[in-house]
Amino acid sequence: MSGEIEIVLTINGRDHPVRVEPRRTLVDAIREDCGQTGTHIGCEHGVCGACTVLVDGAPVRSCLMFAVQAAGKAIRTVEGLASGEELSVLQRAFMEHHGLQCGFCTPGFLMLVTGVLEREPDIGDDDLIDVLASNLCRCTGYQNIVKAVRAAMQELRAK
Amino acid sequence: MSVAGATGWVGRSIRRLEDPALLAGRGRFTADLPAAHRVRFVRSDRAPGPIEEIAVPAGAMVITAADIRDIKPIRPMLHKFDYVPIGQPVLAAGRVRFVGEAVAAVVAPSEAQAEDVADAVEIRIGAGAPVIDAPAALAAGAPLVHDEVAGNVIVKGSVETPDFAAARAGAARLVRLTVRSRRQNAMPLEARAGHAAFDPASGRVTLTCSTQMPHLVRTAIADLIGMPEAQLRVVAPDVGGGFGQKMSLPPEYVLLVWLARKLQSSVAWNEDRRENLIAAFHSRDQHIELEGAFNRDAKLVALSADVIANIGAYSCFPTTCAVEPLMAMAELPGPYDVRAYRCTARGVLTHTCPMAPYRGVSRPVITFAIERLMDRAAAEFAIEPSEIRRRNLIDRFPYVSATGLTFDEATYVETMEIAVAAVDVPAFRARQKDARAQGRYLGIGLSTFSERTGYGTPAFAARGMEITPGWETVELAMDPSGFVEARIGASPHGQGLRTTLAQIIADEIGVVPQMIRVVHGDTDRTPYGFGTFASRSLVIAGGASLLAARKVRRKLAAIAGHLLEAAADDIVLEAGVAKVAGTDRSIPIETLARAAYHQLHRFKGEIEPGIAESATYDPPGTFSNACHVAIVEVDPETGLVTIERFVAAEDAGRIINPMIVDGQIHGGIAQGIGNALLEEIVYDPTGNVLTTTLADYLPPTVRDIPPIELHHLATMSEATVTRAKGVGEGGAIGAPAAVVNAINDALAPFGVEINEIPATPRRIRAALRAAEKRA
Repeated sequence: MSGEIEIVLTINGRDHPVRVEPRRTLVDAIREDCGQTGTHIGCEHGVCGACTVLVDGAPVRSCLMFAVQAAGKAIRTVEGLASGEELSVLQRAFMEHHGLQCGFCTPGFLMLVTGVLEREPDIGDDDLIDVLASNLCRCTGYQNIVKAVRAAMQELRAK
Repeated sequence: MSVAGATGWVGRSIRRLEDPALLAGRGRFTADLPAAHRVRFVRSDRAPGPIEEIAVPAGAMVITAADIRDIKPIRPMLHKFDYVPIGQPVLAAGRVRFVGEAVAAVVAPSEAQAEDVADAVEIRIGAGAPVIDAPAALAAGAPLVHDEVAGNVIVKGSVETPDFAAARAGAARLVRLTVRSRRQNAMPLEARAGHAAFDPASGRVTLTCSTQMPHLVRTAIADLIGMPEAQLRVVAPDVGGGFGQKMSLPPEYVLLVWLARKLQSSVAWNEDRRENLIAAFHSRDQHIELEGAFNRDAKLVALSADVIANIGAYSCFPTTCAVEPLMAMAELPGPYDVRAYRCTARGVLTHTCPMAPYRGVSRPVITFAIERLMDRAAAEFAIEPSEIRRRNLIDRFPYVSATGLTFDEATYVETMEIAVAAVDVPAFRARQKDARAQGRYLGIGLSTFSERTGYGTPAFAARGMEITPGWETVELAMDPSGFVEARIGASPHGQGLRTTLAQIIADEIGVVPQMIRVVHGDTDRTPYGFGTFASRSLVIAGGASLLAARKVRRKLAAIAGHLLEAAADDIVLEAGVAKVAGTDRSIPIETLARAAYHQLHRFKGEIEPGIAESATYDPPGTFSNACHVAIVEVDPETGLVTIERFVAAEDAGRIINPMIVDGQIHGGIAQGIGNALLEEIVYDPTGNVLTTTLADYLPPTVRDIPPIELHHLATMSEATVTRAKGVGEGGAIGAPAAVVNAINDALAPFGVEINEIPATPRRIRAALRAAEKRA
């Protein structure tokens, strides 16, 4: 395939000028062209959600979006959640409630929930579970992911 | 033993030391490494058959079997049970035996380019007759998967206790059952990945790969390629789940090392999900015919079984494919007291993806079998499922089973009583009756089971294994600043071992866990070991950690004795200081470390320099146990099963970190629920895999898993130095039986019986339709 295109990907507020083929997926561009490997690839079919990032605030499967489609948009990845060494409320809740084991699906869950809670901080519990059903985790049986997310919601509401 | 100290770190749910990096996106997984070359495997799209032609696009670098004649086939070995050794070529040589088998490897500068070339490689495979199902492979005249394996039976074990025939003949009632477990995939969220880099200065290769057993990968690949083992370093960085799928050697990793040497460069392969579903190892594909002979009091007096395990087209290294059938034979009686036992277990070759261990290894299937038998017998005797178990569970310890296994003290009856009390069975029965009157079908299912964990060398030797992965070594060193490094041969990948081992060591030597770094997954940095699988690491590497820490404690006490002018026996290590018991004299532990390295003159030649100790632990094995109870509702119109409640009462001995133990059980139960209801690798009759995406092969989502209620007992194991038992697999072992027993209880009014997992809506509807026809 030829015809590489020059685009700028803005990840966590930083511009990454890259040359990509039109067919290049956003997740490949984020990981390989921009070196941000915190976003993971689990299935490349849009099912598992490990590659979830935020594009203009909305959770997106970055394996199902082309890099060129994200040009000029605000992309957020797991590397941007913490402020320096200070973890976000959600990240901290995952640690306190053991919401991760191998950690491979974790960036996808963190971005999914971050995106949803920013838009719907008072999301109902049933809707929340529906949202969490978007992503797969093979280690935790989801028990502590649910617990962590509920705890983070409470803390964020109290702020 | 200071592990028992109530004020210590052991027993506390401290946060994991692993988490900050993983949460910040700073984990380091294999696929994160850049490489000069990318590899794409071209896989057979039909099988079996002779490879007639491989057409390669001009100018492309494509490796086939003809190029790698210097790599030996993978040939795992077992010395018992009529095992027939077979070889698996790293790339299919001459013929293919399963759909998904790697035939060629494309090397290109990028993954995209490698995929383009791979699409253009044409492989012509001649006609062949596939055998997909184990019973078909056993039929007279079935095509042979390997010419040297007559009748496709690669391994066969049998056992019969002398009293079997008499015990069976004297029984009041025979209960017969056929159960079937369909094929499953462990499906770690990170598929397999390997990265091999050549170092021109030393001529060494570093293979970074997603594995549970870095040292065995090193040994195996060095053997197969014929290179000195010292020339290969294997690194398991962060590994995104394994569940057993990554405790067998993938042929692909062998080729990566070979390529790195040939190209004198770096090469990487990231398995995609389709490859993972068709060509990474499968598991659990078993048929079991079972007969229980009961006396008039519903006591099991004789048990017999015929186990057939479909092991696929090749045998996995290091355990061999015998692991499923032989474990079934050894452990089928489970936690039940039955003295008369007869079993035949065969591993059968088919033209399918090779089988390998997956969390629980055989026990999810045999537990399903014996627990279905118990429920069927309870129904025939018209007693509660809990009652038949009460009459049959082991309750004297140590108990030596009919197959010679020694069961250490456990709580089979007690955990069941806790679990059934938690769900209040009489109240449930009343509710079930009311619901039925309204056309709703609720059911309750029990599963009581044992989980053999942390077993050492003799257990593997008894199976006739060439490689007996029994022991682990831990090297423990304190640097001059007082910081501790524990280098382990185990290779955790989500279990939180960096945290739990630090807790064990911290209690022994009096420093905080944050002062202890557990180093694992690098053959250059860690002592030889077997890795992390089989619920072994906390027991075995944890035991070795404790033994090494005791040596360090003795040394620190000796040093402190010199510096404080006290007897070493009077020194207590805690909260970062060494003090003389009963006095206020103390000295910081880091001062002891500094002196051990820099001020040797203070010890009159009585102390060796430095602080570095090592210990190895090879335990006899110990049995964890649990009882799972599921309450389900089945919609007879759609066959849909909803799990309303799931309770597990478990006993894993001393708990080092309750939060981590709960997490292990949650995750195992979720996988068990997936196995019970959803997950199935489907082959069509031509040998093609139909479940090639996660939209076809269905791991559970949060919607499929109910809140899990856990209850704990802690029977201190006499068989382990930490008193802990393993806990990694239990959840997955017990859940399928509990869920399917509950489905059967729910559907009892229809006279149907489901003895197959996964119990999908299609299977449930088929059973209901068949029952309607009979009626």
